[in-house]
Amino acid sequence: MTFLTQVLNGLQLGSIYALVALGYTMVYGIILLLNFAHGDIIMVGAYISWIVMAQLGMSPVLAIILSVVGCTVLGVLIDKVAYAPLRNAPRLSVLITAIGVSYFLENGAQLVFGADAKVVPTYFNLPNPQVGGATFNGVAILTVVVTAVSTIILTLLVQKTKFGKAMRAVSEDMGAARLMGINVNNTISFTFAVGSALAGIGAVLYSMAYTQATPTMGIMLGTKAFVAAVLGGIGSIPGAVIGGLLVGFAEVFVSAMGFSVWRDAVVFLLLIIVLIVKPTGILGRTMNEKV
Amino acid sequence: MDQELNGGQERPYVTAKASKHGGGRKTLSTKKRYIINALLFVAMLAIGQGLIDGDFISRYQTTVIEQIGIYIIMAVSLNVATGYLGQLPLGHAGFMSVGGYSCAIFIIRMMPVFDLNMRSFVTGEPMAVVLFVVGVLFGGLMAGLSGLIIGIPALRLKGDYLAIITLGFAEIIRVVMLNIDGVVGFELTGGAKGLTGIPSYTNFLNTFIVVGIVLFLIHTMMKSRHGRAILAIRDNEIAAEATGVNTTYYKTLAFVVSAFFAGVGGALYAGCIGVMAPAKFGFMKSIEILVMVVLGGMGSMLGSVLSATVLTILPEALRAFADYRMVVYAVVLILVMIFRPQGLLGTYDFSMGDFLEKLINGELFRGKSKQKSEEVEANA
Repeated sequence: MTFLTQVLNGLQLGSIYALVALGYTMVYGIILLLNFAHGDIIMVGAYISWIVMAQLGMSPVLAIILSVVGCTVLGVLIDKVAYAPLRNAPRLSVLITAIGVSYFLENGAQLVFGADAKVVPTYFNLPNPQVGGATFNGVAILTVVVTAVSTIILTLLVQKTKFGKAMRAVSEDMGAARLMGINVNNTISFTFAVGSALAGIGAVLYSMAYTQATPTMGIMLGTKAFVAAVLGGIGSIPGAVIGGLLVGFAEVFVSAMGFSVWRDAVVFLLLIIVLIVKPTGILGRTMNEKV
Repeated sequence: MDQELNGGQERPYVTAKASKHGGGRKTLSTKKRYIINALLFVAMLAIGQGLIDGDFISRYQTTVIEQIGIYIIMAVSLNVATGYLGQLPLGHAGFMSVGGYSCAIFIIRMMPVFDLNMRSFVTGEPMAVVLFVVGVLFGGLMAGLSGLIIGIPALRLKGDYLAIITLGFAEIIRVVMLNIDGVVGFELTGGAKGLTGIPSYTNFLNTFIVVGIVLFLIHTMMKSRHGRAILAIRDNEIAAEATGVNTTYYKTLAFVVSAFFAGVGGALYAGCIGVMAPAKFGFMKSIEILVMVVLGGMGSMLGSVLSATVLTILPEALRAFADYRMVVYAVVLILVMIFRPQGLLGTYDFSMGDFLEKLINGELFRGKSKQKSEEVEANA
């Protein structure tokens, strides 16, 4: 294993975390909710891929489309059913509801699919290009490219379109945005849709790399992606990407040094250290509390 | 039967009593209230132990009762941080495992020193009892210490950050328990296969007594100046700070107390189950305890006790539906949050003293509205 291969591995894992972290950051930015169910949406996406390819024997392209669409619909549905009734409730209640949804998805999946891991078939046989004697993993390169493109599209969406403007307005001040004639509920749903679509893409990329779907896969993935979002500064799109890459690199290099059993502990330690030094994260803005 | 006892020790945290102003109403002094509750506690204990000694309760049922006690401690201790302080730590199982491992390892290592064997704890040799007390306190202290270490940085952060940092911390604890043997170079926690050879030092008698002590201590703490400061922080942190409450100190205090008692619960758990494995103290365990607190009512001790009891018995009684249990938990949690966000009991607490006062004054079956208007008059 050369150093460059490890860098690519770090980029790959970091990209997946970044995609998931973007979903966290967007939802948090707009309704200040830590969407615990976000990681489990990825789990559902992986199972959709498994059903379409392994059970129904349909094409990988269809599997990818259905995974992304399925995740998007699920994300909006969760918002409408569980979070929307609590729009004016205390933050703690919404947070506990989010935990409930996450718990429901995990145990529901366990009930339907069983606790054992399902093998997601290979989507495409990608070539592994060789550059100067080193072989690079094709899936890893695809993951990095897809993440980069998704991030650019997302940034354009948020910065240049009318929907993006509405999202930024709602995130700044929900009441004022409503007075300006912005449909707050639609904007929030749209945010959930975008975030969950990214989770769907993440699910496909994750299944390509790890080829497994288990009911509890979303917990660790989701938690680490949230760690990434917090590290980078929650609410910030470049922050989520930086945080995701940081977490990915930390994990890969800790493993490469032979401490793979301590991987998870190092990630959380990193989070604790960053939060102590800079509680708003690397690119986070300081929010003043209003009395 | 536990909950009746605990109910006896609780009073709502309301100080304005009509009795202070009202003319001929008979009242019970605090001393008398405590004596009545202590007597009830001893009576319950005697009845319970009598039933076990007389073989009316099987060995299996006794274990379930012990677990109820342990989960009551877990729920009530989490309630200190969630219900009273208004924070949402998601790493309660981490503190539980610290307490459990510390106590179990301590007792296992100390057994040869004091020439004790596995039977000593069952027969109740005096030295074994001393070791049990020291071990449980040690477990609590270690958990409290880890609560302090995590609390100081975590409490600088608000709600969600605190949740995620405590979750992360519990995960770190789990990884440490799993891999510490390789670092220290000898067998300490037993890694993934778990810590075995723990003497069964937990029994009905000591569980019951510890539950009583924990409830009493938390109850009295919440009634004291310190408890009111913690409640003030929950209601409005900025206002509390402006009135001179040292918010950092009290937040840390509540957090450490919560962790300490979680450690005590974990210590009992280790002795009850007999095997400690890191996998038992994952995120799911923390959520299970949180569900107990939330369902019962955040800020209600009676609520925590009741829901810990019900949610421990239910899965045992409904073994056939074990697969559906978790899904039902989740749905119930969501529904309770949507339709009754304050939990089933809200902040209501039962007080044996108040109950008896009403009984001797013949107010028990009078309409609520009348009583309310009286209180309003008295407070005016």
